Amino acid sequence: MAAVTARGLTRTYGTTTVVDGIDLDIEAGECFALLGPNGAGKTTTLRMLLGLTPPSSGEVTVLGEPIPERARAMRERAGIVPQFDNLDPDFSVRENLITYGAYYGARRKAVEARMDSLLAFAELTERADDPIQGLSGGMKRRLTLARALVNDPELLALDEPSTGLDPQARQHIWERMHTLRRQGRTLLLTTHYMEEAERLCDRAAIIDHGRIVACDSPSALIAAHIEPHVVELRGDQAMQWMGRMNAAGDIDAEVRGHAGAGSGLEPLTAAGFRVEPVGETVLIYGDDRDALIQRIEALIGPGYLYRPASLEDVFLRLTGRELRD
Amino acid sequence: MSASVGDHLKTGPQLSLRFIAVWLRNLRVWRKLMLPSLLGNFGEPVLYLLALGYGLGQFVGEVESMPYMVFLASGIVCSAAMTGATFEALYSAYTRLTQQQTWAAMLAAPMNVDDVVLGEIAWAATKALINASAIVLVAAVLGLVAGPEALLVLPVILLAGFSFAGIAMIVTAISPSYDFFLYYFTLVMTPMLLLSGVFFPLSGLPDAVGIGAQFLPLAHVVMLVRPLMTGTTVDAPVLHLAVILGYAVGSYWISAALARRRLIR
Repeated sequence: MAAVTARGLTRTYGTTTVVDGIDLDIEAGECFALLGPNGAGKTTTLRMLLGLTPPSSGEVTVLGEPIPERARAMRERAGIVPQFDNLDPDFSVRENLITYGAYYGARRKAVEARMDSLLAFAELTERADDPIQGLSGGMKRRLTLARALVNDPELLALDEPSTGLDPQARQHIWERMHTLRRQGRTLLLTTHYMEEAERLCDRAAIIDHGRIVACDSPSALIAAHIEPHVVELRGDQAMQWMGRMNAAGDIDAEVRGHAGAGSGLEPLTAAGFRVEPVGETVLIYGDDRDALIQRIEALIGPGYLYRPASLEDVFLRLTGRELRD
Repeated sequence: MSASVGDHLKTGPQLSLRFIAVWLRNLRVWRKLMLPSLLGNFGEPVLYLLALGYGLGQFVGEVESMPYMVFLASGIVCSAAMTGATFEALYSAYTRLTQQQTWAAMLAAPMNVDDVVLGEIAWAATKALINASAIVLVAAVLGLVAGPEALLVLPVILLAGFSFAGIAMIVTAISPSYDFFLYYFTLVMTPMLLLSGVFFPLSGLPDAVGIGAQFLPLAHVVMLVRPLMTGTTVDAPVLHLAVILGYAVGSYWISAALARRRLIR
């Protein structure tokens, strides 16, 4: 059964098209990521799916309800974790959950019956009566996640769930999301952390300039769009081999961004490897791991970094490397 | 395309009982700080009543054939209702709309903008009722109230609270910052407070002012509340109630439309 379907979803503000004809099919029980650089249209897409922003055109059905017409009925069965925490500062941890339950029409007793499990899920049992102001960023996020579960939702929508968290807090949120997925809930998240999408999601749609440029499982995206093996050269080593640094150690701006003729890496490109300079890093992609490493060892020696290709490589390849604001 | 103000105004607010959750949330917060809040909200009007009533009363003597203190008490009940509802619907609601993002959290739950706006207005009207009740009580203790029919003031004040809160909510819905509220205070609230018969009867003023005052909701509230508190006959009660109800419904309609325009984008 489809949890979410969208056809030709479009949103314009004035003359700017933020979301440009997006089609989506998300199965119930799936974990699905909307990946994209800042300003790609992820959040607007998510808001349209949740009935918070009316689309300029297109059709949306979520949990069988037409959106935005029946958004209220749909949201009774959904939970939303917003990008910026908006916990109620006038209440304690426990009161936040009870008050939020009331917004769903849940009776105080019904929320109190679920209270212990919600607090345990957020690992905030000890802090249940603390004011919100005293919580760390990670705790607030966990509480926001628990708050989105007060109505035991079938669908959970998370807008950049781990942005701004430290690595420990992030791992914790990911673990919680795994648990929710195992419980059979549909998870829909936006993120610009490739690792997040790669670890958690069954499928990801890469969005850029309001359009879906690719949509598949993370491994299939990697297989389809990028060579599976990568060697990275970093810093001075990269600069030297790119021929960008002169004898005095100054960077030669003239040849910035070129890996072609004249670069010390020409033998690699000649051998069929793809060489891509990114700032002060050089990425060398190959189809065969051993062949790639042998060549690098022979040409450059030690000091390189080998890794399998990741979703980030696909992402940067498809959305380009220029800075987004 | 984003719907224009006109589009939003054409479709009336969708009424549902969900607004009660918003009202309940604000009640829970208020209960935590009940004492300082009560003191702040009714201490000041009571001071005005005592200081002006005794101080000014000595020079004024009788107004509309009643002691000035008696005349003023009913006026202060009405003005306290107006200030209570207005402050809540301006500053407190605006804080929840912007700084605290409480409205955004509510809208992610199965709540509509119309529910949130109605819940906030209903709460602000409740604050008006709380403030006014406290002053009715003080007035009764001071012997400034004619009889038990003064209790009829309370439903009138609740309805008036809805209209004052609704009008303030229009300002909140379009406000870019807290400073914007000063326009409302200077251009609407203060003139209304001075020209609605709270502190002195309108009969002595030029005709134009008296006619203009007929458009002010506070003037109609005073015309209902004063006779009820002083035990005289209410003149044209249906007209006064109709005007106050009209302001309540109209201001909710407009403020909900403006809030939808602001939030649904």
